[in-house]
Amino acid sequence: MRLWRWLADRWVMIVALLVLGYLALPILVVAALSFNRPSSRLSYDFNEFTVDNWRRPCATSDMCDAVVRSVQIGFLATVVATVLGTLMAFALVRHRFRGRSAINVLVFLSMATPELVMGTSLLALFVSAGVPQGFWTVVISHVVFCVSFVVVTVKARLAGMDRRLEEAAMDLYASEWQTFRRITLPLVLPGIVAAALLAFSLSFDDFIVTNFNAGTTVTFPMYVWGAAQRGIPPQVNVIGTAMFAVALLLVGLSSLRGRRARRTAAPVGQVEFGRDAGTR
Amino acid sequence: MTGMARDTPTGDLRLANLTRRFGTLTAVDDLSLTIAQGSFFALLGASGCGKTTTLRMIAGLDEPTSGQVLLGDRDIGRLRPYQRPVNTVFQSYALFPHLTVFENVAFGLRRRGIRPVDAEVNRMLSLVQLDGYGPRRPAQLSGGQQQRVALIRALVNRPQVLLLDEPLGALDLTLRRQMQIELKRIQTEVGITFVHVTHDQEEAMTMADTVAVMNAGGIEQLGAPADIYEFPATAFVANFLGRSNLLAAEAGGTSGGDVAVTAHGTRFSVPAGRSRADHGPVHLGVRPEKLNLVGSADQVPVGHQHVTGVVTDASYLGVSTQYLLRTGWGTELSVFAANTGTSARVAVGSEAVAYWDPRHAFLLPRDAVDTDPTASAPNEPVGASS
Repeated sequence: MRLWRWLADRWVMIVALLVLGYLALPILVVAALSFNRPSSRLSYDFNEFTVDNWRRPCATSDMCDAVVRSVQIGFLATVVATVLGTLMAFALVRHRFRGRSAINVLVFLSMATPELVMGTSLLALFVSAGVPQGFWTVVISHVVFCVSFVVVTVKARLAGMDRRLEEAAMDLYASEWQTFRRITLPLVLPGIVAAALLAFSLSFDDFIVTNFNAGTTVTFPMYVWGAAQRGIPPQVNVIGTAMFAVALLLVGLSSLRGRRARRTAAPVGQVEFGRDAGTR
Repeated sequence: MTGMARDTPTGDLRLANLTRRFGTLTAVDDLSLTIAQGSFFALLGASGCGKTTTLRMIAGLDEPTSGQVLLGDRDIGRLRPYQRPVNTVFQSYALFPHLTVFENVAFGLRRRGIRPVDAEVNRMLSLVQLDGYGPRRPAQLSGGQQQRVALIRALVNRPQVLLLDEPLGALDLTLRRQMQIELKRIQTEVGITFVHVTHDQEEAMTMADTVAVMNAGGIEQLGAPADIYEFPATAFVANFLGRSNLLAAEAGGTSGGDVAVTAHGTRFSVPAGRSRADHGPVHLGVRPEKLNLVGSADQVPVGHQHVTGVVTDASYLGVSTQYLLRTGWGTELSVFAANTGTSARVAVGSEAVAYWDPRHAFLLPRDAVDTDPTASAPNEPVGASS
């Protein structure tokens, strides 16, 4: 009886912990393997603890080249997709024009399209246009699928913004540009930053579309895919763990900032990480 | 608080043939009015009557389809909002959530390149008893405090005209009364022209020097609150500003300074000075508080006119009692008896006589198809039409 009572009181918590464990387990395995000295090339057993992999992450030099290339591509694709997507979101939310609903559908279409289809069709496009595949075709194709996510994210933020704030700014002697710079941009910025982070992680991580359009260029996901045939070097786990740590750091910082902002002042309508965590 | 208003003399705010159409809908229809410099002016009307659209056109947030907005001799109707010496207190306050209270108030000054701003902003904060609230964010303030920040954010710029778009709508009753008095006090102190949009007739009457009652994109009546209340121009005004008993009647011409009226077979008279029509179909109007209730016709004082009926309802409201008197022809009249303790209460179901001084009655022209408008909603308490 007491056990049942105990379970009844805590079952939500128990299920939540199990789900969280399920989600975290693969990451823990990667983190653990980054400290492993494998017994052979194709062995994934934990053999011996070492920090060598962390001390020399670029021991296999072509892997680090691939990482740098992926970061470059991710950065370029993110900048272009964020600028284009933000402009599109403003147009779609703020203006009524012919073909607006068609564009709304089109934006969703590119998210719904299977990556395989998008990869092959982009390849067909580049080949028929006579564009040689390589670094820049990868950037272009990443921009294509990132833009939709940026549009959707920024649109949500923009739609939740009170237009009267901009009217109030204009009423208080701010020109159109000053209104954008002082009111609109600061209020939409969290949405744009979220969109940029999303775009970067989508680009950095993409394999399928990239594989079709990369030519001889090798990105980090492509390197890992290739290495898996011959045995993955343990440094791959170092890169994976480091990426995860950076992401965790960013989320932590944003949460901390949000909490401080809430303590001194709760910005109206701002969505923050961990806002609902801890509520019962 | 001297020296608040800008040194340059500005002149009156004039709207000339102002029209705004949204597609086929005409929100503001050929509106012309003059708002005297330094006055407290209220645009009163139900939602959808065009009062907010009018305000937005003065602010520059909406562009007129035709017509002019003149400030003194200058047409500001086509200027951008930030080019007009006009500031607005928005209905929802529209405080910038990412800026502190101080920066909200300083926003207009900074945009005009005025610095330092500290002294001016702090002076405004203390004007509305918000000293020390500068570093807070709007979300940390109560509704009443936010309202006051919105007010001084506009006022700090010393506009020539301050527009208020139902700024008290979101406050509870006690706070609203308090803010009404405070707004009126501030307006008297700073001497800026205030244009206040509201649907609350009591609010308009409490604060404004001049009230314009709007209906369907136009002005039904314009004047001092007491003048409008005592002698409404139309049946709409008679029932929007307070409540009125309106009897469908026929006027039979003027004789000896009075207009003779026949309503439901009974003859009445109204002084010619209180008649807006002297023949044909009219409304004979009497305010509920101008009616007195007695037990029989021989108690009616000389020179008064009366209607006999049966009391169908008596609501005791503390300061007064509201009676409904069903007349012989079926109309229910509302009678508002102040609880002075000098007259006995009349029981429901008993026969009673309502009498009034003819100088308190008024005559309004009526479309021939209209019947008694009071008969349609007899149970609504007087004064609750806000």
